[in-house]
This record gives sequence, C-alpha cells and structure tokens, in this order.
Amino acid sequence: MKGVHVMCDNCNVGELKKNFKDENVNLDLMTPVIEKYGKSTGNLINLLQEMQEVYGYLPLKGMDYLAEKTDNKKATIYGVATFYTQFRLNPIGKYLILQCQGTACHVNGSKEVSKAICEELDINPGETSDDGLFTVEDVACLGCCSLAPVMMINGEAYGNLTPGKAVKVIKDLRKKELEGEADES
Amino acid sequence: MKVKVGLGSCGIAAGGRKVLKALQDEAKKYNLDVEIEETGCIGMCFYEPIVDIVDGEETYSYGFVDENIAKKIIDSHVKDGEVLEENIIYTSKKPPNYTAKQHKIALENCGVINPERIEEYLEKGGYQGITKVLNEMTREDVIQEIKDSGLRGRGGAGFPTWFKWNAALQSKGDQKYMVCNADEGDPGAFMDRSVLEGDPHRIIEGMLIGGYAIGASEGIIYCRAEYPLAIERLEKAMAQAKEKNYLGENILGTDFSFSLRIKKGAGAFVCGEETALIESLEGKRGMPRLKPPFPAQSGYWRQPTNINNVETLANVPWIISKGAEAFASVGSGKSKGTKVFALSGKIKNGGLVEIPMGMTLREVIFDIGGGIKKDKAFKAVQLGGPSGGCVPAELLDTPVTYENINATGAIMGSGGMVVMDETTCMVDIAKFFLDFTCKESCGKCTYCRVGTKRMLEILEKISKGEGKLEDLDELEQLGNSIKDGSLCGLGQTAPNPVLTGLKYFREEYEAHIVDKKCPAKKCTDLLTYTIDPDKCTGCTLCARNCPTEAISGKVKEVHKIDQDLCIKCGNCYDVCNFDAVKVD
Repeated sequence: MKGVHVMCDNCNVGELKKNFKDENVNLDLMTPVIEKYGKSTGNLINLLQEMQEVYGYLPLKGMDYLAEKTDNKKATIYGVATFYTQFRLNPIGKYLILQCQGTACHVNGSKEVSKAICEELDINPGETSDDGLFTVEDVACLGCCSLAPVMMINGEAYGNLTPGKAVKVIKDLRKKELEGEADES
Repeated sequence: MKVKVGLGSCGIAAGGRKVLKALQDEAKKYNLDVEIEETGCIGMCFYEPIVDIVDGEETYSYGFVDENIAKKIIDSHVKDGEVLEENIIYTSKKPPNYTAKQHKIALENCGVINPERIEEYLEKGGYQGITKVLNEMTREDVIQEIKDSGLRGRGGAGFPTWFKWNAALQSKGDQKYMVCNADEGDPGAFMDRSVLEGDPHRIIEGMLIGGYAIGASEGIIYCRAEYPLAIERLEKAMAQAKEKNYLGENILGTDFSFSLRIKKGAGAFVCGEETALIESLEGKRGMPRLKPPFPAQSGYWRQPTNINNVETLANVPWIISKGAEAFASVGSGKSKGTKVFALSGKIKNGGLVEIPMGMTLREVIFDIGGGIKKDKAFKAVQLGGPSGGCVPAELLDTPVTYENINATGAIMGSGGMVVMDETTCMVDIAKFFLDFTCKESCGKCTYCRVGTKRMLEILEKISKGEGKLEDLDELEQLGNSIKDGSLCGLGQTAPNPVLTGLKYFREEYEAHIVDKKCPAKKCTDLLTYTIDPDKCTGCTLCARNCPTEAISGKVKEVHKIDQDLCIKCGNCYDVCNFDAVKVD
C-alpha cells in the first residue's frame, strides 16, 4: 500500500525526513529542466523523471528546489514522488538489479531466484549492498515472459534463471569490479 | 535477398543484438550486398533470437540463433545459397502449427516490417485508412463504420469503441483529446509492447482516425516508462509521420490538424484505469475520479477525452481500409474480430498469439501453444491478470469471447494468458495477485486499501497451515464487499483471483486448512522432506548441500533428515541424483 505522506509543520516532518539521505547535490543542473517544462503543475511527473535521470534518484533538496521554482507545493511533490514506483528517494548502487515479479516469472520460480540473490548480497529488495555495488529492486513485469524467470541488470536482461545462475552472474560482476580495482591500484 | 532479425524486447533479451552484429560483420567480411534489417516481434518468443532470410517469394526462418549460427547463415545460406536445414524452424511454404491457426489483424505487420521505416508501413497499405477517412468520410461515417465492425475495447472490459467515440463527439468542449492507453501494467502481458515496438505507425494511424472521428486536434500516448524501446520507436515513427504530413497542420492538404505527444508513465498499475490515467497525465498522483462525469464529458483538463487501448487502435486502420464487414466476419457472437494474447507460464511455445474470437482455450493452449512444458498435467489458465481468474481444466472448451470468459468468473482482460500445471499452487497464485493489488491499490477507497490487505493476511495464514474453514467464507464475504465498495476497476476486480480460486479449487484450499498439506508442493511451511531408505545410496551429496546440517549419515549408508533442523529449502531434493528425497 502506498503511504499517504502529508508534509506540514504540524506533522512529524523530522521523522519523515529520515527516509531521505541528505546529500549535497548541484541544483543548477535542474535549471534547464525547469526551463524546458515551465512552472505549471501539469508537468510535475516529467520534471521528477528528468530529475531522476540527472541525479539517479530524487534528492530531498532537489524536490524542495522544485517547490521553490515551480507552482507545485512541497506536499504535492512528495506525494507524487512516493506514489509512483519508478521514483527512488535514495541513491542506487553501480549495478541496478531489477527482479521481475510478473506472473510468468512467479510461476517459473522467481521467488527462489530472488531469495538467492538477496542472500548472496545480504540485502532486501529496495536496498543497496554495503559495498555500494548492487541495488536490488522488484519490478512488476519486464515483459520477457517467455524467458521467465528474468532479471535485468543495468538494462541487460538475463533469462531462464535458476538460483545458481543468478548468483553466478552477481559473483562474476563482483569479481570484475574487484579485478578492476586491483588494476587501478 | 534480405536478412531480418527480430529485435523486440524479448529478442534483444535473448541476445538478438549480438546476432545482428555478427551477421553484419560476417557480411562485411565477404563484401556481400545484402540488406540486414531489424524487425519487431513475430510472436514466437520461444525460438528467439530469430533470423529470417527473405529470398524472393520464400522466407526461411532460423531459430535459437547465436553468433556462430549467424556466421554460418551468412557463409552458406546468404553467400552460397545453401540452406542450413538443421537450424531452420520453418519456411513460408511450411508454416508451423503455431502460426497456421492464428488470424493476424492487429499484429499483421509485427515481425514482418522494419518498424523504423515508414516506407515499409506504407508499402503494406499503411496510412490508407486515414487517407480514406479524410477524403471520403464524415465523422459520423467513421463512427458508423466502427459500430458496424463490432469493435470492442481490447483493454479488458470490452466496451463498444464506437459508443465512446460517439459520446466524445457529442460532448461540447473547446479542446478535445484523444488518448492512447499504453500503460500495460498486467504482470504477464506484453501485447501492447510488441505492437508499439513492431508497428508503431499503426497506432499513430489509429489515433489519427479516432482523433478525426471525435473532433480532437491533440493526441497523447500514455506509455509505461519500462518500455524504453517502444517509446524510442514511437518517437522515430512520429518524426517520420510528421515529415510526410500525416501528423501536424492540415494533414494531407485537408483542414484536419492533429498533434501527437508521448507521456511516460511512472509505474503505477492503477493508471491503466481511465480516470487515474487522466490524473497522472495532469501530473498528479494516479487516483481514480468519481464517474460520472465520464472522460467523454470531462476528462483531461476537464475537456472531452477519449481513451483507447493500444490493441483497439491497432485494429482501427484495418477496419477502415478493409471494411467493417470484413472485420465482423471474423469472430463469434457479440465478440468480433481477433484478440491478441501473451501466452506464458508452463507452456511449451510461449509468445504472442492473435486468434479469431470464438476459438476455444484448448485450441489456444494445446494446438498453438503446444501444450504443457515437460508434458505435465494442465491445471488452470489464468486470464486477465490481477483482475481476472483461473479457468480450470474442465472449462478448457470455453470459447474465447467476452461473454463466455466472463461467465467463468475470469475476464478477457488485456491479453495475459498464464498457463499453470500441477506444480502451481492455487493458494499461492491467489496470494501472489492479492499481494500485487494490495501494493498497487492507490489507497483512495477503504475497502480496496484495507480489504485487500486483510484478504492477503488470511491467505498467508492458510498457506502456513494456520487457516480455519471459516476463513474461506470470510474470504468470499470480504471479496464481495471489496467489489461493491471500490470506486474503480482495480478494487472491483481485485478479489477475482481468490473468488475464482474458491469456486474451482476449493478442495485445494481445504487441503491446506484441514490436512495441512499443499497438493502442489509449493507452500514450504506445509512440506516435509524425508529420505527413502530404499533409494538412498549414501552419496552424501544432500548432506553436503544442506545449509543447516539437518542431514546426517555416513558414506554409503542411508541418510536421515532431522525435522527440527530442516528449513525446507529443498536443496536436498534438487541435488539428489537417485530420487531418494521425498516431499509430502
């Protein structure tokens, strides 16, 4: 269920703000985006989508900035940002693993695959691994149902998965990263 | 000679881009003068990646192509004209069963033309519909033609398309809007994506015809952001259409002007509902509005708005150019034309199929789909996704029409058809859908917001073996209350997976409650793993793979599972080479 967040002085704003990682972001990057879409409320989703493209997520400061520069109220912006699954409120790892949770994947064993991935990375869906490399997210359907179960890592789809196959993909990526680091040093 | 590679999202996921590159590199090596092009999804996802060689009249299709086979195709077939028999899946002279029983209208160009070239769409008779409409027909004529064709909304509910168009035409407003609903949210459905990726111009033409009929000069395609390729191809197609004056001011020299834009959705299942979609278009949270007023009276920015699903619009140009009668001659009863389904789950030949309405489910699943994977027993077919239900084996001869499918308690839906075998647990599948609708409920109506959560909790209890028989009555009662107490289609249909489950598979629910057993062996809490002493060879493989060291036994001696330590992960069952591990 989508939480109904109401942001006003009477509510426990501090508590809610804990949900966000408060990072320093370059707000000037948003100027051309705001110019492109204007101040009107009708383009709020486009604004947020472009903001996510710029920063990789929706920083709290960025959303506050939008409220300041456009006709959208803060509460409306947070409301929209928390309503749609596309929007992320925290930065993501280098590899974004999208685990398909569609019906065909479910019937073909996506739950076991997901469990293996989460165990390997020691995180829950929606979280980022401690080394900052992997973020795991559940998605409703990637539309590659005949290759079920499927996951997508940074835009590349991996099909016909088993728990073992999925873990191997992750291990290989991690190995590649470690070797890359060794090369650099 | 022409080489075509199927590059829909599924083709790409199966490695189609690498194949395309290998083909190009190899052709370059020999300086071969051959056109290598991409095309959309032909629908046979189970053969992907697919490469077609068009040689004069005949087309040869290669399946499961990898980089090596791609090189061979160029080396022998393209260069020397020698067909690689062992890799051919079918030829145009000998079409497979999969396509022989299909009837393609909406998908006629998918996987045939290059979606990125307007010329190919024009060669196939594209934009003739809108040309005819603008030169020969009044708005009323168009609506009459659609009425005569019997076209109904392909998004799921099956509302007559002409009625919506007429209502929007009759409404008064300064600016009317034509909207295409491409927010395909049903998990397990990818029909709209394939049409958008494989034949984007068709949707543009459908929008133009609809826009003309209702008197709209502005169109919006609301497409899922999860479909980046569909958006990319649509954008290219729109630019090409504009260049040829099929979009923009004074189209084809008439006084009809129409502008089109794409709005990316942001991932909310509820936005497939018309009024929620409109809210989302306006940049707000996608929460449904009270109806009436209907979108035709007061929609986008309170102006008359007409919303049609992708597949509905894909049928429109065909109806106009081939005539309403030709369309109405396909189908059965009040369900005219064809329906596209995304066939998936435990099926041999999963993919996209377009069938004439009136064909039975059995024909779709067994004749076209090839039956169940590993020849297991068919148990049920899920239609309509989270809004639909599971149709059991005894109703396999139900014809696919809106009326007949509704009578089973499922719905036609947008076209998701997920096949389930004996290893699919009906309680688990109901739980899966309830979990989905519960997460996707927008929260506006109490029954939908809280009720789906309560139903999910009961199902979880049952799957853990903690359910009571009274729970089943409560599920039914709550389900019916949620249907009555919800404003939009999401809530009104959310209980369907549970209600049809209880109707056809009640004994399976009862087995979970009374016998504390899961007949499909899916609900882990109800399983017991044991080792058959007659079959165990003492190879120690299971013991070595047990994460909790619950299995004891010496080499070459019978092993034993300590039930207190067993976490029912199933590792021992999966690794045993002698079928010695039993699950009950």
